[in-house]
Amino acid sequence: MSMRRHGFWIGALCVLALAYGLTLAIRNEYAFFAGFIILQFIVLATAWNILGGYAGYVNFGTSAFFGIGVYTAIFLFKALGAPLLVQMAGAAVMGALLGFVTGLLTLRLHGIFFSIATVAMTIILETLVINWKYVGGATGIQVLRPPVTEPFDSYIKMLFVIGVALVIVAVALSRHVQGSWIGRGLRAIRDDETAAECTGVPTLRLKLLACSISGALMCAAGAPSAMYLQFADTTSAFNLNYSVSALAMSLIGGTSHWAGPVLGAIVLGVTQQALTVTISSELNVLVLGVMLILFVVGAPEGLLGLLRKGWARLARGGGS
Amino acid sequence: MSAPLLRVAGLSKRFGGFTALDDVSVDVAQGERFGLIGPNGSGKTTLINCVSGALRNDGGTILFAGEEISRLPAFVRTRRGIARSFQIPRPFKSMTVLENLLVAIDFGRAGHGLSADATEDEAIGILGTMGLKDKARILSSQLSQVELRKMELARAMAAKPKLLISDEAMAGLSGSEIDEVLDLLIRLNEAGITIIMIEHIMHAVMRFSQRVMCLDAGRIIAQGVPQAVMDDRRVQEAYLGA
Amino acid sequence: MFSFELLLDAVVLGVMLGCFYAAVSIGLSVSFGLLDVPHVAHPAFLVLGAYGAYALNQAGWDPIVAGIVLTPLFYVLGVVAYRVYFETFEKRGSDAGVRGLAFFFGVTFIVEVGIIMVFGVDQRTVQAGYIGKAIDIGDVRIPMRMIAAFGGALALTLALTAYFSLTFSGRAIRAVAQDEIALRLMGANPLKVKQLAFGIATAVVAVAGALLIIVGPVEPTTHRVYIGRTFCVVVLAGLGSMHGTLVAGIVLGVVESIVLTLYGASWAPAISFAMLLVVLAIRPQGMFGR
Repeated sequence: MSMRRHGFWIGALCVLALAYGLTLAIRNEYAFFAGFIILQFIVLATAWNILGGYAGYVNFGTSAFFGIGVYTAIFLFKALGAPLLVQMAGAAVMGALLGFVTGLLTLRLHGIFFSIATVAMTIILETLVINWKYVGGATGIQVLRPPVTEPFDSYIKMLFVIGVALVIVAVALSRHVQGSWIGRGLRAIRDDETAAECTGVPTLRLKLLACSISGALMCAAGAPSAMYLQFADTTSAFNLNYSVSALAMSLIGGTSHWAGPVLGAIVLGVTQQALTVTISSELNVLVLGVMLILFVVGAPEGLLGLLRKGWARLARGGGS
Repeated sequence: MSAPLLRVAGLSKRFGGFTALDDVSVDVAQGERFGLIGPNGSGKTTLINCVSGALRNDGGTILFAGEEISRLPAFVRTRRGIARSFQIPRPFKSMTVLENLLVAIDFGRAGHGLSADATEDEAIGILGTMGLKDKARILSSQLSQVELRKMELARAMAAKPKLLISDEAMAGLSGSEIDEVLDLLIRLNEAGITIIMIEHIMHAVMRFSQRVMCLDAGRIIAQGVPQAVMDDRRVQEAYLGA
Repeated sequence: MFSFELLLDAVVLGVMLGCFYAAVSIGLSVSFGLLDVPHVAHPAFLVLGAYGAYALNQAGWDPIVAGIVLTPLFYVLGVVAYRVYFETFEKRGSDAGVRGLAFFFGVTFIVEVGIIMVFGVDQRTVQAGYIGKAIDIGDVRIPMRMIAAFGGALALTLALTAYFSLTFSGRAIRAVAQDEIALRLMGANPLKVKQLAFGIATAVVAVAGALLIIVGPVEPTTHRVYIGRTFCVVVLAGLGSMHGTLVAGIVLGVVESIVLTLYGASWAPAISFAMLLVVLAIRPQGMFGR
């Protein structure tokens, strides 16, 4: 058991070192520019899955958390000149709080009511920010990047490494939740909430916990966006595409294991980046929608399920 | 006689204009086998939903082991020692039989302090007494009807309850299966667990219970030893439909 | 600060707007309210109807006539959507919640992107003799397009209400919502009844979509605000209540109209969503709920 835990962290450190190594080895900034988006999606999908996959509460409000992350960062930067890591930490705290409050308001609702309530929250928060002149309101706001800090030679490369670190944090959290009593309780909630409560599972508390963790990660994922684009407006910060992407990537990857959303985000993220560059950005949303439908209809266990089935078939074939 | 384990006093529950329970008072003693009968819609399940916390009662009090519990959430009541099975089995479908029990041990006995391995041994032990040991690693969605019923009881037992409420645990079972489940419940009772049994299968309740209560339209119409309740004119009218 | 005339204006416009909101929601009141299908793609279908009316209007058709002409197509669309949903989720029963929602969410985005790819991202409007004119009733000035939408909405809502209470198939649809087994005993096939109901609910959306583009310009993302408006109306009404839908639509219309007059248009999108949250928190069974 402890071997495996160490294994994970050793792997994580290797990935981080590799990411830094890449920033030294590769000149072209574009790779990191595109890579950062994929990292963001991995975090969003992983975060979404903690509530949506483990507990079965379909959150359509990923973009609300993402947007609040963006604007928390902008506020902290504009008001206090806070550095990037402080912006992200602040956004995470904000996200946990928002997740908690959202949970209190909406988690007594089930199924579609919860989902619609999260859409409602998104639009309301977006409208609030549109009417908040200090952070730019409807017209948006320019952000001037501070100079890059050592040991990095470009801001985008630094963002990329920070993105990798955030992915590691997100995956570690998701993995911990999945393997612990929290994950077992959430699964019980997903299977049958009434039976879970009557078996001693504190359903509301667990859902609040999941919603807070998920919210914190989503907000933290949004926070670097302002520095990444050097600009923010409500339309892109609260873009509903984040909600679809997080949900679709989780479901396509497979929701029962932490690796599912990671896999889904990588596969779809890479496809999307390629499509956006080569054809059009509309087409990539279309592909996402079509893939989502194909998978929920035809492969409810996602890519992970398909891999497992393929593996089992191979093993059987090898045996005979 | 010592203080009752469960004391329900003046309990009422309304759904809109419909009165499901009307001034229901009953004591269940420690170690007792208590039968709850009544025609469909008489309020049996509503009563145990109020006791277990799935519903909130509108009026009256529920004392368990001397403490008022009627405002506590269901999971706290489970942890205090009230476990139940459901009329229609409600397994955690995506989990194995063993995992179903692990949920109950981990959450139903808060702070049990067992290691992961000890918890699993404990669960296997309970499955053994229920005759489900060889099903431990099977997905609960693949169990047969009688196995599901047993798993529900096993899961309830895994929370180490003082009081077990069995809501029609024998519905849809064959004659020999009914005897199997009945024997199981009697053994649990002999191990010291108080049991409330809701049942439509009359010979089973009558054989099992030391005391029986009959509800009709949300009111208690008879209470006492099985034979006396069976012979009660109002009980017979309620069942024949006056 | 706030004159009586302004308030009167706001209320009169609000009532008309409200009838329009009822009309765009009534399909959802059937598909979600009665049939319990998590139809989050309803607003997307609505916008699809609006673009359908736009396309025919370009060819010289009156938008309302265009909406009516489109109903058979939408009926088929509804039947197909329901059939897929039923076969893959409802019948198997397993995990229908999460995947059913994801399914309709996916449909929403396919519709949105499909519209963008065919018509582009720009706003579209329709032309008709009555659009752009206005009439004065006393002190209140009412645009003709609102009156057209109001009339259409009222007719649509009343027609559906009558259908559900007067005809045999309409009553069967209501029955299936309450007691599927009883319906089966009557000799009706619940699947066929539900399919019919979902088809009708979607067909109505074609006309409602035409009204949508008469009331104002439409763009591919318009459906997002209407998630709030339609679900707010249906939940506020009480699931499956037809006359409730009309009342709830008017309540929403008047509240929106008053807030708009007081605080300006930038708050408009949030109102229906905020009302929806409040209703869900305080009275989830709605005004006329079961």
